[in-house]
Amino acid sequence: MKMPQNNPVSLYSSILAAGDPSSRILVGLDANATWAELVAGSMLAEQPGDLRGKSVLIATLDQFRAAAALIELDGVARRVVLYPPDVPREQLMYVAKTAEADVLVTDQPELASMQHGIDRVVLCGGSIAPVNADRSPQVETEWILLTSGTTGRPKLAVHTLASLAGSAMHRSPASASIVWSTFYDMRRYGGLHIFLHAALTGTSLVVSSAQEPVADFFTRAGAHGVTHISGTPSHWRRALMSPWADRIAPEYIRMSGEIVDQSILNQVKAQFPKARIEHTFASTEAGVGFYVSDGLMGFAPQLLAQNPLVEVKVENGTLKIRSNRAAFRYLGADSPKLKDADGFVDTGDSVELRDGRYYFTGRRDGTINVGGFKVHPEEVEAVINRHPQVVMSLVKAKKNPITGSLVIADVVLKAPLQESGADPVDRDILRFCRRQLAPHQVPTTINIVPALAIGESGKLGRHHA
Amino acid sequence: MDIRSEVVAQFTLVAQEQDKHLASLSDDLPLLDSGLDSLCFAIVVARLEGSLGVDPFSVDEDARFPVTFGDFIRFYENAAK
Repeated sequence: MKMPQNNPVSLYSSILAAGDPSSRILVGLDANATWAELVAGSMLAEQPGDLRGKSVLIATLDQFRAAAALIELDGVARRVVLYPPDVPREQLMYVAKTAEADVLVTDQPELASMQHGIDRVVLCGGSIAPVNADRSPQVETEWILLTSGTTGRPKLAVHTLASLAGSAMHRSPASASIVWSTFYDMRRYGGLHIFLHAALTGTSLVVSSAQEPVADFFTRAGAHGVTHISGTPSHWRRALMSPWADRIAPEYIRMSGEIVDQSILNQVKAQFPKARIEHTFASTEAGVGFYVSDGLMGFAPQLLAQNPLVEVKVENGTLKIRSNRAAFRYLGADSPKLKDADGFVDTGDSVELRDGRYYFTGRRDGTINVGGFKVHPEEVEAVINRHPQVVMSLVKAKKNPITGSLVIADVVLKAPLQESGADPVDRDILRFCRRQLAPHQVPTTINIVPALAIGESGKLGRHHA
Repeated sequence: MDIRSEVVAQFTLVAQEQDKHLASLSDDLPLLDSGLDSLCFAIVVARLEGSLGVDPFSVDEDARFPVTFGDFIRFYENAAK
């Protein structure tokens, strides 16, 4: 077999290089397989060789099938696009066009018959069939991850296996006894990071499912002896509300994706006193920045220089990161620049130095994080402002102990509020929002106000945290 | 204000607004089996802060999260004392 001079590393070749793949398993909601079965088999209705050089959009409901498709296609396809199931289907056509997708891989026949502009559909599902295909890596596949954009359209960040894996994912003697799990979906950066960590360090992995009751997940995770588990603070708050949380006995717990407060750190410690608990700063664009392991919220300034391969700096109160774990660029002709001229990614996350320690204070652009879902105020305001009785609106965050934040809105009406109205206008605005926005984007409270402050720039006065 | 009836009212209202099927609210019902998701609980807690004037989740950082519906009621009753 003739190989290119510089053989790219692929997920397939990395799994084979990480010890005996038959001794560890990937556990899905209703399917399990060893890594050996995954690298030797296929869940696709067509041979992966047929997909060489293609741009493949993977839109499966099930994470296990997405994992199988990624193992088949990395190093084979020119590009793989990870389409999370919670991204509205209306965006499929835009994403497919921007990523120049040639092939749609899905386990949802109804999605296949939708208008998406992709010529070829390959169904993915059933059991893993052994195949005799050439999976030698021949290209460095681009991995496209979706992040939320201010206009409601997702942004498409370009990674490769190398940027996603960083330089730290190597098998060690300790790997043998580790069983990973995560509350994250692997189509999101936080979940993908854990999936790749398990694949490249040769550990077993139990994947969660949005469709699965928490009690069932804990039972499954406990039965497989999960030792390491990650999620957002909101995932953990939900986990702590479960009477079945004691079915797992993790040695290591990681939190990321939202601001970690002292309360959730203390509560997780109380539930799992033997576990080592870390929180990390990471984003789809910047990659993993740093790990905080002293059990306290925020981070010590010394952590900025923790890893010589990851440069982290605070500039004008905002975190900026330069490393080989960052995404390369956004896809699309009109897309914004992902890095500045010096190669730093502006994370947009604001920090404040208090008594010698940095604390996260929110997003500079006012993006609201509701349980790990980003909400752009402008997008919600645009919907509210379309309501026939509304002049203008200001959407902002309200702190919440369950999801970190909730969305609320101040609204100026065209006509004075009618006290005796049969149907209050605030409820009508909420109904109007529910029809057009995802549940986490809908304001939980509408405050009718006489006016909103307009700044000298002519823009709404926003007081970003 | 009667805390229990206010909590029941908010569970019912939020379930209705979010189009969730609410289970019968007995004291031993695990909250995660109530039919409400994290977003629903977040809204319930925000609304209760408005109507009862207290958010017990933020009062004590070390307090254990309530697990059953009965725990949830007691959580608010204790915070209101």
